[in-house]
Amino acid sequence: MSGNSKGAEYWKRNLRLVFICLTIWFICSYLFGIVLVEPLNAIKLGGYKLGFWFAQQGSMYIFVALIFFYASSMNKLDREFDVHED
Amino acid sequence: MDLKTLTFIVVGATFALYIGIAIWSRAKSTGDFYVAGKGVHPVANGMATAADWMSAASFISMAGLIAFLGYGGSVFLMGWTGGYVLLAMLLAPYLRKFGKFTVPEFIGERYYSQGARIVAVICLITASITYVIGQMKGIGVAFSRFMEVDFSTGLFVGMSIVFIYAVLGGMKGITYTQIAQYCVLIFAYTIPAVFISLQLTGNPIPQLGLGSTMADGSGVYLLDKLDMIVTDLGFREYTTASNGNMLNMFLYTLSLMIGTAGLPHVIIRFFTVPKVRDARASAGWALVFIAILYTTAPAVGAMARLNLINTIQIGAVGSPTGNVDEENLPVWMGRWKETGLLDWEDKNGDGRIQFYDEKGLGDKAAAYGWTGNEMTKVDRDIMVLANPEIANLPNWVIALVAAGGIAAALSTAAGLLLAIASAISHDLLKGVFMKDISEKNELMAGRVAMAGAIVVAGYLGLNPPGFAAQVVALAFGLAASSIFPALMMGIFDKRANSSGAVAGMLAGLVSTLLYIFWFKGWFFFPGTAMAANIPENWIMGISPEAFGAVGAMINFIVAYAVSHNTAPPPEHIQHLVEDIRVPRGSGGASAH
Repeated sequence: MSGNSKGAEYWKRNLRLVFICLTIWFICSYLFGIVLVEPLNAIKLGGYKLGFWFAQQGSMYIFVALIFFYASSMNKLDREFDVHED
Repeated sequence: MDLKTLTFIVVGATFALYIGIAIWSRAKSTGDFYVAGKGVHPVANGMATAADWMSAASFISMAGLIAFLGYGGSVFLMGWTGGYVLLAMLLAPYLRKFGKFTVPEFIGERYYSQGARIVAVICLITASITYVIGQMKGIGVAFSRFMEVDFSTGLFVGMSIVFIYAVLGGMKGITYTQIAQYCVLIFAYTIPAVFISLQLTGNPIPQLGLGSTMADGSGVYLLDKLDMIVTDLGFREYTTASNGNMLNMFLYTLSLMIGTAGLPHVIIRFFTVPKVRDARASAGWALVFIAILYTTAPAVGAMARLNLINTIQIGAVGSPTGNVDEENLPVWMGRWKETGLLDWEDKNGDGRIQFYDEKGLGDKAAAYGWTGNEMTKVDRDIMVLANPEIANLPNWVIALVAAGGIAAALSTAAGLLLAIASAISHDLLKGVFMKDISEKNELMAGRVAMAGAIVVAGYLGLNPPGFAAQVVALAFGLAASSIFPALMMGIFDKRANSSGAVAGMLAGLVSTLLYIFWFKGWFFFPGTAMAANIPENWIMGISPEAFGAVGAMINFIVAYAVSHNTAPPPEHIQHLVEDIRVPRGSGGASAH
């Protein structure tokens, strides 16, 4: 793939997907777990304060889900652009 | 059977298991020896990566730090898991497509420069040695406890075992051994957590137990109860106690995340999976297996803190019989006192022990007749190992935890020592300075490097610059500031050239090292710090452990500015970058 428009399009789609995933990654950890932790702590999730829960539990579950979402979306994208491995 | 004998048997049995599996699978797959993950399913590879990754810092140290930091300990939890998201999306698939074995090799080739390769080796060695110092602290704690000797003796025994283990080397590369290690490690971690969660809340799942009500019928949530009793003793509220200011929490977490994606012994696992597709999935599976421990850790920490306080504060705070009688201290406290990692002193001579925060409690302490906190030393790194003893769990559980802690520390220490050895013998000697070195001498140089690294790390481990997980956090900061930006720009910025990469790596590494040494002592030698390591002295409240993220930003800025103001990289390098961006055409990892 030598810099043709299809290659550029594949790369652009990949970057867009990475951007979406990393936005969620940022929101659930840095935003909910650190920056907004105090207001969120006013909400309770069972015995957990919500901000505390995001920092010590929730963000990790979301990280796992994000990687699998990215991996499966990329597998689809690879096929769509016919750059997948056999 | 007494605890010591039982521990020796359990630790011995797990070692026999690892070696047995190594011999069994070695006979079957000599050819695949170096290519650890080849032909291995992503789930298995993920499990092996998790074993490789979780070290003494994760297993022995982290929950203990969380126990005392409370909410502030979240930086370790988010930091050491969130990095896998970066790894899966920004590095792993592309490095796999590139198809080389070591990080300096990638940097040397992508930046078409031996200079860049040498700088990468220096960065790698600096981060890895710091990492090993942290492991040595953990190993020393584990060995001193289960051999019932003082910390330094335990450390020396641990050092020799690490050396033998690392020289046997090849065992490391065998995925099935690591899968066994993972199983031992995760059982050892979760079984006591399940027991303790059941005892305290009646819920067997620690992740849910932490959010449940106490099993004593009071209907009070565990975390609320913990908040209450720690604040009664003058400590900061558990669920809101922050680790420095918000900026520090933010950068600390970021440092650990990008450090994860920049550490050579983690990245290397993704060089060797069969396909680019598998590199993405493997990162996901690795994180699944890591998250099992990491989501349990907060429960272990909070419950250990609760149990520890309840052991000492047996009645109402301030009442004459509210504290434990020095004559009736539990057996585990005596055992840990022998290691020198736990100590107490009856300062007010009332025959009882008080454990509280002097500053937080203020004048109230004097009213209670207390003349100072009497738990004079509680090393955070003992909490996980002592946890089953504090909760009165059966001896076999205590023995299992010791075996798990040792497995975690040894496997990671050995992996890092191999990375240091190969960086020196393969990347520096064979790659740059002595191209015609014989294979035998290359191996010998690697072993000498390994022995040297163990001695240095062991010596500094005697007076470590922090608790195990904090020292490891420093190593992540160094990796974050030096290696990650060079790798990422190598993939995402075609214009990044060799002068930019070298300048960036050096700027990131040097600025971070200076900041760390300034507060922790030059080359971590005790007593050589330029300023006290307290928040008042830190720039904008940024702790040395958190500075890696700032170093990484400096690295990015310098690398970008230099690259875009000097000649672009040659045509074939730009094609190379285009090529690694698409999965098709990835062969096996090519030989050196």
